[in-house]
Amino acid sequence: MSTPPAPTGEAPSPAATPSWTRRHLLGLEDLSAGEITAILDTADSFAEVSDRPRKKVPALQGKVVFNLFFENSTRTRTSFSLAAKRLSADVQDFAASTSSLSKGESFIDTARNIEAMGCDVMIIRHSISGAPQLLSKHVRSSVINAGDGAHEHPTQGLLDLMTIRRKKGRIEGLTVGLVGDIAHSRVARSNIWGLTKLGAKVILCGPPTLVPRGFEALGCEVAHHLDEVLPRLDVVNVLRIQFERQQKGLFPSVSEYFYFYGMTRERLERSKPDLLLLAPGPINRGVELTPEVADGPNSAILDQVTNGLAVRMAVLYLVSGRGPGASKAE
Amino acid sequence: MSTIHIRGGRVIDPAQGLDATLDVWLHDRKVLAVGREAPANARPDEVIDAAGLVVCPGLIDCHVHLREPGNEEDETIATGADAALAGGVTTVACMPNTLPPLDTPAGVEYIVLQAKRAKKCNVYPVGAVSKGRTGGELAELGRLVEAGAVAFTDDGAPVANPALMKRALQYASMFNKVIMQHCQVMELTEGGVMNGGFQSMRLGIPGMPPEAEDIMVARDIRLAEVTGGRLHIQHISTARAVELVREGKRRGVRVTAEACPHHFTLTDDRLESFDSHFKMNPPLRTKADVDAVIEGLVDGTIEVLATDHAPHAPEKKARELNLAPFGIIGLETLVPLVVTHLIGPGLLDWPAAIRMLTAAPAELLGLHHRKGSLRPGMDADVTILDPDARWTIDPERSRSKSRNTPFAGWEVVGRAHTVIVNGEVRYRLGPEA
Repeated sequence: MSTPPAPTGEAPSPAATPSWTRRHLLGLEDLSAGEITAILDTADSFAEVSDRPRKKVPALQGKVVFNLFFENSTRTRTSFSLAAKRLSADVQDFAASTSSLSKGESFIDTARNIEAMGCDVMIIRHSISGAPQLLSKHVRSSVINAGDGAHEHPTQGLLDLMTIRRKKGRIEGLTVGLVGDIAHSRVARSNIWGLTKLGAKVILCGPPTLVPRGFEALGCEVAHHLDEVLPRLDVVNVLRIQFERQQKGLFPSVSEYFYFYGMTRERLERSKPDLLLLAPGPINRGVELTPEVADGPNSAILDQVTNGLAVRMAVLYLVSGRGPGASKAE
Repeated sequence: MSTIHIRGGRVIDPAQGLDATLDVWLHDRKVLAVGREAPANARPDEVIDAAGLVVCPGLIDCHVHLREPGNEEDETIATGADAALAGGVTTVACMPNTLPPLDTPAGVEYIVLQAKRAKKCNVYPVGAVSKGRTGGELAELGRLVEAGAVAFTDDGAPVANPALMKRALQYASMFNKVIMQHCQVMELTEGGVMNGGFQSMRLGIPGMPPEAEDIMVARDIRLAEVTGGRLHIQHISTARAVELVREGKRRGVRVTAEACPHHFTLTDDRLESFDSHFKMNPPLRTKADVDAVIEGLVDGTIEVLATDHAPHAPEKKARELNLAPFGIIGLETLVPLVVTHLIGPGLLDWPAAIRMLTAAPAELLGLHHRKGSLRPGMDADVTILDPDARWTIDPERSRSKSRNTPFAGWEVVGRAHTVIVNGEVRYRLGPEA
C-alpha cells in the first residue's frame, strides 16, 4: 500500500483510510460509504494546505489535468484548476465554445485528440446526463465528473458532506433538507446518494412540479411545505432556481416561489438555532434566500467554496492512484 | 419456371390451421401444393431437406425503416432488404419518414423500383398521412394507393391534430387501408430521452412518461370507433395502452396493435449504462409494461410482431444520450428473440408466434390474398427456420448498413435457415454466419 504524499515532508498525512481503487469519479451512487469517507478523510488532510504560506504539494508533479467544460461554469472550473495546481499538476482548460465542437467534431473525438497530447486526468462538465460515463469508455485517462445534466455533481455532493461533517462533527443521524428544483438538479442527486449512504435522513422540499411523486423511492422524505419541515432540520441545502424553469411553467412566479421556499430571517427564527445553511451557488439573493440569511451566522456558503478546493484535491489525488490501495488500481 | 421441393419439415401455416410434418412444392413463383404426396407431373429442380426445421409462409415485418431516399449512410433499400432476408423476413413494409417523405406517388414508386433492382425481399411502401409529414393536410392517399402504398402513417411524427386523424381514418377507409399511428403526445415528451418514471428520476435523464402514449391511444381508438376506420397502434409499449386496445376490441373497434422485441425483452433500468443503444421511441418501459405487452401477445390483444428496424450509422449513435437518435436495428434479431423469449418459455406456441409474423401482418397490410399463407396459388415466399440453432448475436456480422443493436452478445436460439422469395432461394445460412 502506498502512503500519502510525503516525498518532501511537505504534504499532509491523512489518517488511515479504506482503500481506493477507482480510476474515475463518475458519481456518488456507485460509491460505498467507505469510499465516500475515504475521500472526505483525504480532503480533511488536504484542507490545511490552503492555509500554508506556500500553498503547494508535489503530489501530482508531472501529471497533466485537462478541464473539458462543455457547459459554462466559472467557479467549478476555477476550483478544479486551483486544486490541480496545488498538487503541482499541469492544468489546461478546454472550453467547448471555442473548439472544433462548434465545427461538428464529436465530443469523443475531441477528447481523444486531447488525450493524444498527453493527459492523465480529464475533468468533464456536460449538459447531458451520462456524458462522463460515455467518455470513460473511450479514453485511458481518469475521468472526473464535474456535473452532467441532471444526473450527478459528485464533487459538489462531497464538498457539502465535508462542510456538514466539519461543522456538525458527524453526518449520521442528521436531518438534512434539500430545498428547490430537485427534479432537474444534479446537486440534489449527489447529495441524496452521499447523505443517505452516510446515514443522514434526507427531506426533499419544493412544489410538486419540481419535486414530483416518486422521489420517496430514493430513500427520501418528500415535502411540499417548507414551514412544516423546517423545525426538524439540522441542515438545509438551498438549491438554485433556474429561471428557465419558471418560463416553462413549472412554478407561477419567482415571487410566489420565494413566498413558499425563500430562506428568510423569519424562517430562520423558527428553525433550530444551530441550523446549518448551505447553498451550492451561484445564489440568487432574494430568490432562494435573503442577503441577511446568506451572510448570517448559520450560513456556511463560503466554507463550502473553501472545502470544495480540498475535496477536489482529494479526488484528483485518489483517481491518480496516489492514495491508499492504489496498487490495486486498474 | 423452376420447381422447389421442401421435404419433411414441420410446416406451420396458421392461416390454414396447419401444423404437421409435410412437404411443400413451389412452382413458377407460386405455391403449388402442401402435402405428403408429390403433385402430378412435378419435377423438382431443387430439393431442400427440411427435416428438423420449421417451414412457414415468408415472414412479414410491417414496420421497417430503410432510410432511402435521404439517409443512405444509415441504410439503403438493398442493404435493409438483405438484412431482412438474413432474418428470415421475406416482406417488409417501409416507413415514409425518408427525405423527402413518401407523400407523393413518385416517391412511393421510387421505393417499388429500388426494391425491384435490389432483388432481395419484397418491399411495400407505407405512405405518409399528411403532406410533408407535418400534420397539416392530408397527402393524396388515393394516388399513393395506386402507386403502391399499402397503409399510411406519419410514423415518428404522430398525427397530433385530432381533426386530421379523424379525416385520415375516414378517407383511408375508402381504400380499406389502415392508418398506423405512432402514439405520442409530443407536449408531454418534450426533450425526453427515456421512459419517464423511477429510473429517469434516479438517473436525471429527461423522461417520456407513459401517459403520453396512453392518451393518444385512447383518443385514436375513439376516433376509429366513430369513423369505422382501421387503426393500427405501432410499437405498443405501455400497460395502459395494451388495456385500451383490449377494451376497444371488446367494443368492436377496428384496432390492431404491434409489439417489438425490445419491448418484451428489455426494461428502462438498462439506461443506467447511458448507452444510446437502449434509446428508442417509444422508450424501454418498466417490468410491469413488459409483462403487459407479453400478456397482450398471449391473449391476442396484440396480433402483430414487428421490428421498428431503425438503422443509424455508428457515428450518429455513438454520441451523448440526448444527441443520439432514437432507434435500433431489428430485422436479424426478430426470429431469435421471439423464439428465445416468447416460444422458449412457453408464452406463445409456434403457430401463435408464426401467425403474428405471417397471416396477421398480411391481413393488416391487405396482402392476405397473396401472402402470409402457403395455400396453393399464393406467392412462393417461404421461410425455413432452424428452431434449435444456438448462436450469439454479433452486430459486426449484420447485413444492415448499421450496427445499432442493444442485443450484441446475447445468446439466442432460432435462426433463418433458408429463405425463398418469389420462388427463388435468396438466402441460405452459411457456415460463416
